[in-house]
Amino acid sequence: MITTLLYSLTGLILFAMGLFTLIIHSHPLRKILAVNVMSTGVFLILVATAYKPLGQGDIDPVPHAMVLTGIVVSVSITALALILACRMQETSNLDLLGRKKQSKPTKEAGA
Amino acid sequence: MSRSRHKRFDGFQRLLLLLVICLTTLLGTIIWTIPGTPSGLADAVALFQEHSGVESPVTAVLLNFRGYDTLLEVMVLLLAVIGVWSLAKAPFSDQMMDANPVQIGVVRLLAPLMCMVAAYLVWQGSHLAGGAFQGGAILGAAGVLMLVAELPWLRGIPALPLRIGLVLGPLLFIGVALFCLLLTGDLLGYPEGAAGWFILLIEAACAISIGLTLALLFAGGRPAGEAPEKHNPASRTGNGGRV
Repeated sequence: MITTLLYSLTGLILFAMGLFTLIIHSHPLRKILAVNVMSTGVFLILVATAYKPLGQGDIDPVPHAMVLTGIVVSVSITALALILACRMQETSNLDLLGRKKQSKPTKEAGA
Repeated sequence: MSRSRHKRFDGFQRLLLLLVICLTTLLGTIIWTIPGTPSGLADAVALFQEHSGVESPVTAVLLNFRGYDTLLEVMVLLLAVIGVWSLAKAPFSDQMMDANPVQIGVVRLLAPLMCMVAAYLVWQGSHLAGGAFQGGAILGAAGVLMLVAELPWLRGIPALPLRIGLVLGPLLFIGVALFCLLLTGDLLGYPEGAAGWFILLIEAACAISIGLTLALLFAGGRPAGEAPEKHNPASRTGNGGRV
């Protein structure tokens, strides 16, 4: 019981930290990382909910299956998001770090 | 970035912090009051376990009871690769790197071993922890290892085998689903007795596709030898030919 609670609350704190970072930072890389931290928190909560001490019946396999696929899906979505962020960096006039590029429009921006 | 870190929180951020803390407290209370033994689906799964064709409950849920879900998740992976390929070209550098012999040696040692472990994990999925996603992750890691070592033959891989490998898992999954639809009248309703073999078949194909997906996502773009510049060896490497 106490183990489940500990893991769940850790997951909750991760989720909250991710949510806060997601909103206050404008840098896409930070946003992507924040979403990843949030999803890790959710996975932790899901797995912790399915946890049963040894010898007290079977685990609940449904959350496990969901987390299993969720991890792989979140990795691939992160990759897609990173590529999109790179693309944004290439095509926009504004540097992602918030500094303005010195009047040097990228090739793609002109096209 | 260090600027914003040292800046004191302004009013909006304080308000947001307060709101997030409120939300966390609320969710924490909910978690706190969850009954000790949640009435999950464990009993329902255990009841139908012997009909699922596999002994591992997680695999049974993944590929039998909720097979439709997994089918769609495999599709999401395929969509992610399509998205990445349509946005960028694989950034292979033009000049040949001087390969570190230690790195090459480690890759030569580890890559076949990882492929074996992946195959074992897929096989083990029927009775223990393991399955298509774990095996695929190991395969993907092997691919990433080879990409990091910048093995020279990697950039010469034509696109067609990669595409076939990518769609192998999803297509086979759909094929089995439709076959079961014809045979038993249910989408992914495996015929009695043959479920284990169908699941193993789907898992093997999906593991290959998932591993390839993860490695290609790491590569970060479509292969250089794509259709328009197929006969132009000069533009095969890098994004030098990009406009």
